[in-house]
Amino acid sequence: MAFTKLMQWLLGLAAFSGLWATLVANAAQPHHFLHKHEFLVLALPIILIGLFGIYAVFIVLYRVFTFNNCEEAAEELNKQIQQARKDLSSKGFSFDKIK
Amino acid sequence: MMYPKRETRSAKMARDNEEKSRAGDKYSILLPTYNERENLPIIIWLICQYLDKSGYNYEIIVIDDGSPDGTLDVAKQLQKIYGEEKIVLRPREKKLGLGTAYIHGMKHATGNFIVIMDADLSHHPKFIPEFIKLQQEGNYDLVSGTRYIGNGGVYGWDFKRKLVSRGANFLTQLLLRPGASDLTGSFRLYKKSVLENLVARCVSKGYVFQMEMIIRARQLNYSIGEVPITFVDRVYGESKLGGSEIIQFAKALLHLFATT
Repeated sequence: MAFTKLMQWLLGLAAFSGLWATLVANAAQPHHFLHKHEFLVLALPIILIGLFGIYAVFIVLYRVFTFNNCEEAAEELNKQIQQARKDLSSKGFSFDKIK
Repeated sequence: MMYPKRETRSAKMARDNEEKSRAGDKYSILLPTYNERENLPIIIWLICQYLDKSGYNYEIIVIDDGSPDGTLDVAKQLQKIYGEEKIVLRPREKKLGLGTAYIHGMKHATGNFIVIMDADLSHHPKFIPEFIKLQQEGNYDLVSGTRYIGNGGVYGWDFKRKLVSRGANFLTQLLLRPGASDLTGSFRLYKKSVLENLVARCVSKGYVFQMEMIIRARQLNYSIGEVPITFVDRVYGESKLGGSEIIQFAKALLHLFATT
């Protein structure tokens, strides 16, 4: 049985938490090179979530604005509806009965 | 000198056989209807236009769920014009849901492939030959129409509708990674055995049913081909995306996230 998507996400989250905890512990040491950036290390999850949020908003909006408007398809369909009605009437189909 | 010649001949025979088996393919188009008396004659006319031209063997199975507007009478008129071979009527007494409509339709389907589509003209039959061609090229287990890639698109959607659609799609792709770009569309071609297997496993109702079908397909390692389609929404005013649909969608998404 393969992992569910939920399990995959939890695994990823656990892996990231471990990595982040290590960074935080290192940054807390006064002589560690990360000590100067302790705040940045602490805020890392929030920064990453924020960046992903911006990416998501950008991507979704881009896709909304580039979502094709199928004007031609609608026109073609309207023409074909007229053709169909004409052709079906000539074959004995009664549109009146269904109105 | 004889050997290569013989090989060519056997290769040719293999090719002929392949063509023969393709010639034996039949496509059963399932049209579940509810109050579609205006659209049914048009959609059937279009299907016949495009499939007769392309030469594929097909039948249209109309599954009407006791429409009060007389859709079934319209279907009967059409059956007289196109014949009982082409138009097969399998009505049910009342509205019983999409999944059971497919099961019901499939029971009577004589094709080895099943096409499912909406009868409200939002799905154009001109794409069916494209589905078939792609399926043959890649021997796909299912081919799904998609509004989200290539020349695909929609007509008649305002900004809000597009935003909800794109947003929901983004979230679904992120959480489920389904290997298909359009999950809630319902214009698809299936191998019959594949559709039978999928329908038997799906529990959702309504339009999230389509999403579950494609997620289960991925879970079962079925191959999925995609054809860009134009989706012409002519039903103005009546938005299909109300609050209850969004809650339904969110529930289904979380359910599939936790279980697949």
